[in-house]
Amino acid sequence: MATQAAFMPGAQAKEQGVLWSWLTTVDHKRIGILYGSTAFIFFLIGGIEALIMRLQLARPDNTLVSAQTFNELFTMHGTTMVFLAIMPMSAAFFNFMIPLMIGARDVAFPRLNALSYWIFLSGGLFLNASWLFGMAPDGGWFGYANLTSAQFSPAHSIDFWMLGLQILGVSSMLAGFNFIVTILNMRAPGMTLMRMPVFIWMSLVTQFLLVLAFPAITVALILLMFDRFFGTLFYLPSAGGDPLLWQHLFWIFGHPEVYILILPAMGIVSEVLPTFARKPLFGAPVVIYSGIMIGFFGFGVWSHHMFSVGMGPVADSAFSIATMLIAVPTGVKILNWISTLWGGSIRFSTALYFSLGFIAMFTMGGLSGVMHASPPVDLQQTDTYFVVAHFHYVLFGGSIFGLFSGAYYWWPKITGRLLDEGLGKLHFWLMMIGFNVTFFPQHFLGLIGMPRRIYTYAPDLGWNFWNMVSTIGAFVIALSFVVFIYNVIKTTRTGQVAGPDPWDGRTLEWSIPSPPPVYNFARVPTVHERDDFWLGKYGDGHGGKPRGAPAPVTAAELAAIHMPPPSYWPILLAIALSIMVTGIMISAYQIIVGGLLTLFLMYKFAMEYHRPPEGHGH
Amino acid sequence: MTKRLFSASTARTVVLLAGVALSLSSCGWSLWDNPMTTVRPKSDFGRWSDEIFMLISWTTLVIFIAVEGALLYACWRFRDRPGAPIPKQIHGHTVLEISWTIAFAVVLLIIGIPTIKLIFKTQEAPAATALRVDVAGKQWWWEFSYPEFKITTANELHLPVGQSVAFDLHAPDVIHSFWIPQLGGKRDVVPHRVNRIVMTPAVPGEYLGQCAEYCGMSHANMRFRVVVHPKGEFDAWVKAQQAPPAESTDPLAQQGKTLFAQSACVGCHTIAGVSAGQIGPNLTHFGSRKSLAANMMPNTAANLAKWVENPDHLKPGARMPNLGMSGEQSKAIAAYLLSLK
Amino acid sequence: MADHAVPHAAHDPNIGTTGLDHRKMGMWIFLGSDCMFFGSLIGTYLAYKGKSLSGPGPHDVFNIPLTSYSAALLLASSLTMVLALAALQHNRVKAAAGWLTATALMGLHFVLNQVYEFWSFAVHEGLKLSTSLFGSSFYVLTGFHGAHVTGGVIWLLLIVSLALRGKIDARDYTKVEVAGLYWHFVDIVWIAIFTVIYLIP
Repeated sequence: MATQAAFMPGAQAKEQGVLWSWLTTVDHKRIGILYGSTAFIFFLIGGIEALIMRLQLARPDNTLVSAQTFNELFTMHGTTMVFLAIMPMSAAFFNFMIPLMIGARDVAFPRLNALSYWIFLSGGLFLNASWLFGMAPDGGWFGYANLTSAQFSPAHSIDFWMLGLQILGVSSMLAGFNFIVTILNMRAPGMTLMRMPVFIWMSLVTQFLLVLAFPAITVALILLMFDRFFGTLFYLPSAGGDPLLWQHLFWIFGHPEVYILILPAMGIVSEVLPTFARKPLFGAPVVIYSGIMIGFFGFGVWSHHMFSVGMGPVADSAFSIATMLIAVPTGVKILNWISTLWGGSIRFSTALYFSLGFIAMFTMGGLSGVMHASPPVDLQQTDTYFVVAHFHYVLFGGSIFGLFSGAYYWWPKITGRLLDEGLGKLHFWLMMIGFNVTFFPQHFLGLIGMPRRIYTYAPDLGWNFWNMVSTIGAFVIALSFVVFIYNVIKTTRTGQVAGPDPWDGRTLEWSIPSPPPVYNFARVPTVHERDDFWLGKYGDGHGGKPRGAPAPVTAAELAAIHMPPPSYWPILLAIALSIMVTGIMISAYQIIVGGLLTLFLMYKFAMEYHRPPEGHGH
Repeated sequence: MTKRLFSASTARTVVLLAGVALSLSSCGWSLWDNPMTTVRPKSDFGRWSDEIFMLISWTTLVIFIAVEGALLYACWRFRDRPGAPIPKQIHGHTVLEISWTIAFAVVLLIIGIPTIKLIFKTQEAPAATALRVDVAGKQWWWEFSYPEFKITTANELHLPVGQSVAFDLHAPDVIHSFWIPQLGGKRDVVPHRVNRIVMTPAVPGEYLGQCAEYCGMSHANMRFRVVVHPKGEFDAWVKAQQAPPAESTDPLAQQGKTLFAQSACVGCHTIAGVSAGQIGPNLTHFGSRKSLAANMMPNTAANLAKWVENPDHLKPGARMPNLGMSGEQSKAIAAYLLSLK
Repeated sequence: MADHAVPHAAHDPNIGTTGLDHRKMGMWIFLGSDCMFFGSLIGTYLAYKGKSLSGPGPHDVFNIPLTSYSAALLLASSLTMVLALAALQHNRVKAAAGWLTATALMGLHFVLNQVYEFWSFAVHEGLKLSTSLFGSSFYVLTGFHGAHVTGGVIWLLLIVSLALRGKIDARDYTKVEVAGLYWHFVDIVWIAIFTVIYLIP
């Protein structure tokens, strides 16, 4: 693969070593691949944590792991899956696909983009380093005060969690700034906002949620940090502090966070269904407006996670009503998706299977969510395995299935080869069956009184059978992953070569080679309609004829393309930032050294393109 | 490129039917007759909530069947056939979309109205005749006090049938959650505030409760028993609790009492007439309880001796320290405590 | 060919589809995010207002004249920031550097006033981070604001040092404008904090 430097006229076309080229890349496609592979590894780690928990819970009074270890496992499993698996897997698709789908050659801030990745990696490594120190966090993924106070959690376990999340938060916010500017400001000519693919819209709403929701958890964590290290009283009941302050701040972040987790998958499904049904997305504007409404109103429902804390009937009612209201735009999307299939000519590829699985499973998770929206009912369900079932249906049955749909769909574009369809369908069925066998019985367990976050249970409560069933299902899921990994390995070398448009797609990314050249578009397209690429192939059905193949790209056009060269400031700055933040746990000197280094590197980063060569922005 | 192993729609139908069969078959034997079930309510609070739960369950079942059915049908009916033309490129249908939005909103209204009404009903101030119980959730056990009767006990809650009970929930350490599934929903026990939950147990019997908010190492072991007495029997229990503990003639128990009074036990535990410690459970009538260590195990001599000898071994992180009691000493203490009927 | 019909602004690779500079847009979004950050801190302060169990209260310790003076400093510094940008627009780099220096110095004066305020609260009034909910929430909120001002001061002084070395001219208008946006934001947050924390009883 030719390096980026070759596209800089006047610069030396230095050949870079392979490792160095990846460490200094500012190519959004490579950064997408970095996010995707890293996230997948963390996903496997989170999965192993789950398997160990399921083994422990398969039988009552089991002693496979200690109480302490189990508490660490559920904390790390949740934290890993939310922050190190689903979010970065979505980020992989944002990175690779957003510029391609809006007809851009790059993102708005390529080095900031790279910086986001390296900060994400540092945060993930730091969080998991806690295992190596025997100090894995054990406060649960939502770390309720005042269990997390210095008094009740004296070890550094909570600090690993607290500081790790702060680092990860910086990564997410930087990425958010980058993608909002990219989507708003780097669209191809003619691509008005309503002509953007729905995946782009869902990604845009997600980015706004990221930049507006993360500050709340940043503050929650800062207050916790000050309590634990500097003696403040924010969450200290004996001084008048209110543990519920943590819950409010956390869930003001936490509820938009669940939309951050699901909207990208909804965007993917909104692309896959039309492609394989050969029909446009039914009611695309409505799906878009629903996404915007969900994003906006998602900030108004946070206390539905707190129905049992005693907020009083007025607050309980207000949040219940708001939660039911938000179910409306969420629910009607499902009908839009089904209507997309209706009247279509459906080709059952693996990508489509996963999107169908998404619809089926997300519907179920959504319906159990409607139950939770009613506080009297929720008081029996919250903090039990019923809600564990609910959120796994929406996050695994929803987000993960959606992300796999995207993986099978866009794999040929990213790698130039198709994944094997036979193995793909085997993966799907194993995952579908395994997932339902694991999580459907957990509804029953919740209804028969099994609380969550317990490392063991008594043998005479009637919970034994369903726990065993659930554990078996978990291993079927694991098997499905083995199939996927095998598929990836097998097709790397011998997979069927994909052309630019293996699925007869509708959107711009299918108009360029697979994998795309570093500059994406030899000639920036002009867009006339939503699904412009499809219309160019088939005409608009109103008498407009398909546009023929465009004139070949000239050498002069290629020579005029300037792509940004690689840079080592992002990875260095990420390292400095990690040194500074982790210093809070180690020593003031480390904070100072890290801080000065961070400042210095920020300066160098900013100055790198202070006087850029002709044609470059920053 | 889009080979199918076997018909997608058939396979999906099979899986769906299997799922329905499984749930139907399970409904018959596991959902109702479990000690901590939430769907056989034994109190007014439980029953009211269950009514809304059933309303939502049936409604969502109908929606589920309709939606999944439409999905499966669409997959079967509109599958690609060789040589099929490009389908009509429909972009939407405003009337249809508005209709189903309104329909869904109406469904939520049907669920919402009884919900809001019940929220207010269940959070009304308790009747003046309600029994008051103070609950303190501590890592990892439950203290129950009856201010009207001046009784304090632990881990075993006794209630009279048919009388409204107002629980005042206190949290001296971290957040816990007070939950008796068969009697109704849970309410968190939050430091710095006193939460309240009110319910009227309707059926005499023995029930189980458990902490439902992660509270540290032994959260899983923070359980309790609930005994709902027919009316007269509750009064008898109260009188027994108010009386001083029985004096045992068993020499081992007497040995245990001496040992207890001389050991660090007195710093944490209260036994009326013997000690006044406030940190651990009140043991005055410990012998009358059916379980120990917050309903972790039956209250037998063997279990109790093991507990006294090494609490942390049985309950990870237990706040009760290991006092270095020998096997003989533990047996004596156990005999003494069991004699406190 | 249709693709040549791109807006002429595209020749400046920083201007995008909306006609806005990427960096300006990015800064506006960052400021929106920072609003949520300060909103959470102000919300925390308000939640704990009047709930301290001991220690001096706000109106036992606040020096309103001093903090009003600090507020005036920041307001004036926003004015000098605007003047700096106006000068830079006309390529009057030395004048711009002068106004930027004035801005930074006023910001620095603000921070020093705050350091004095914190010191006098801690030493003379017995109000520390750990004294009470008021101490905790006051110091963290105003401290993070002060940290934002400090960051801005460093940023502005770096621009000044570049300008004095001939490395800044009218071409860098947008970069300095972005610093200006940040500076005005920090000023506005202070107005909010000053009103909510210091003025309202």
